Amino acid sequence: MPITAFLTDSTLCIGCKACEVACKEWNEIGDDGLDWSGHSYDNTGAVGHSTWRHVKFVENAPEPGLGGNAELNSWSFSSDVCKHCENAGCLEACPTGAIVRTEFGGVFVQPDICNGCGYCVVSCPFGVVDKNPDDGRAFKCTFCYDRQKADLVPACAKTCPTESIKFGELETLRAEAKARVEELNRRGMHDANLYDPTETSVGGTHAIFIIRGDVRAYNLPPKPEVPTVYLKKAWTSSAIGAALLLGGTLAAFLADRPRRRR
Amino acid sequence: MNRSQIQLPVVEKEQRLYEIRREAEQRGRVDARGIQPSGAPFPRASAETGYYGIPLLKQPAWTWEVPLYFFVGGAAGASAVVGAIANYTGADRRLVRDARWIAAAGSVLSPALLISDLGRPSRFLNMLRVFKPQSPMSVGVWTLLGFSSGAMAAAFAGSLRERYGEMLPLRVLENAGEAASLLFGLPFSNYTGVLIGATAIPAWNENAGELPIHFGMSGLASCVGLLELMGHRRSRALQMLGLGAAMFEVWEGWHLESRHHAALHPLKHGVSGGIIRAGGVLSGPIPLALRIASLVAGRHSVRIRKWAAISAIAGSLLTRIAWVHAGHASAKDWRESLDLNTEA
Repeated sequence: MPITAFLTDSTLCIGCKACEVACKEWNEIGDDGLDWSGHSYDNTGAVGHSTWRHVKFVENAPEPGLGGNAELNSWSFSSDVCKHCENAGCLEACPTGAIVRTEFGGVFVQPDICNGCGYCVVSCPFGVVDKNPDDGRAFKCTFCYDRQKADLVPACAKTCPTESIKFGELETLRAEAKARVEELNRRGMHDANLYDPTETSVGGTHAIFIIRGDVRAYNLPPKPEVPTVYLKKAWTSSAIGAALLLGGTLAAFLADRPRRRR
Repeated sequence: MNRSQIQLPVVEKEQRLYEIRREAEQRGRVDARGIQPSGAPFPRASAETGYYGIPLLKQPAWTWEVPLYFFVGGAAGASAVVGAIANYTGADRRLVRDARWIAAAGSVLSPALLISDLGRPSRFLNMLRVFKPQSPMSVGVWTLLGFSSGAMAAAFAGSLRERYGEMLPLRVLENAGEAASLLFGLPFSNYTGVLIGATAIPAWNENAGELPIHFGMSGLASCVGLLELMGHRRSRALQMLGLGAAMFEVWEGWHLESRHHAALHPLKHGVSGGIIRAGGVLSGPIPLALRIASLVAGRHSVRIRKWAAISAIAGSLLTRIAWVHAGHASAKDWRESLDLNTEA
């Protein structure tokens, strides 16, 4: 099976939200209402249990150059999605084994196993997995596992009219992304860069992003860490705590013993 | 139209119209900002402001049962250890029995709380289809299972034996249960610190190396407090354990306050910071002072220890509530997860 990935290119995104709609329709995700956020044209806010693709509207201070001039705000759009981490916090944390790695390399929550313990929610360094309070279970992007199994492109990539969302083999897309960033830099878009956190404990992702400027404007963590890196420290502390409890209790009761027997 | 309703032009505004006309005539264009629309200036997404201040991380999806479970589990785990050690060292039978009953009660309450927190409680058993050492939740559930079985077996077999006399199967069950509850009680008393320490929440994972000890000591303090409230207010062993736990909590509070890190902000400020401090004072300085006072108080000693016990139990419960609350506050702090916090 090929190891697949998404390459989301914000320099091609026109903010049409076709991916959001396609994702909701194909996956039959419930309606979650509409509130005007006042944050540019983004009225969705973030990915969550009922939003697996989310178009960010990164509205920035006027910046002369490509994609903005002195009078207009620079605007870029970027479709966010589950990163499908190589070392996935949610997958490691899941106590039921509901969250698995698929043969395509994606991270999939099996809805028939999940019992809604919510531990994946606090274990995702990207804030993607979310518990649906009405349903009780955790949900996130499935990487269109059903469609991939049927040799189909994920719904979001299929509907994207500008091919801002590309779907394909991971290493091919990585190479494509590098070439694209180089090309953009050559054409004068010097702030174009690739978000692919391979150097962190997350170990790379199956959803990589071409963005402009600082990752933080896109609500992407500069240094995502998979929570398993804290395990050693925490269990060491637990062992010391247990030793203190055992030793302290033994000492206290042994010290108390002779006095009572007298 | 009534003349009084006609608005007379404001002189400055009228003057401005002449200025605009003059500028248009002379320069061929007018440089003016126009009117600020309502809501302006509009929010911006940038390296400094993040994405409109929308938090990157999701808040814990846990219900009120979870901090209570942390409290009950901590007290029950420590009680099993205290009960078993008291038994092995030949301490007062009543103390052993009471400690076992606290452990047994905790081993019934804990799974009940854990299950009712689930989004799909009927699927609790799915937790037992795998064992994942890399998941503190999975390790915890199996520890809970071992602990609960052991603690309940020890308490029931023990009470049956006391009522109906010596029987070998009961004796075996009681001893095996006690050994199991001791073995599993040790990690059960503090694993919840690992559970929240090894997560993506900054305020929690920044303390991954101390939360387990902190929660374990807090559990011991509440176990000692419960036993004292059950009447064991003359036990010197419990007094020593209570003193030790209170001293540790004093140190823990000092250690927390003396460190400066932006991730620790929710532990010192706001509602969560307030509860952390209230829990800390009730767990550390107050019981420590009361216990020292009870050592020299003579005939009032027993009554003072009762208040030390109450304070420690309340502090232990508040501490767990506070840490969960701090996790919510930490997840909401959009600056922290984007590394935008500069000062502590």
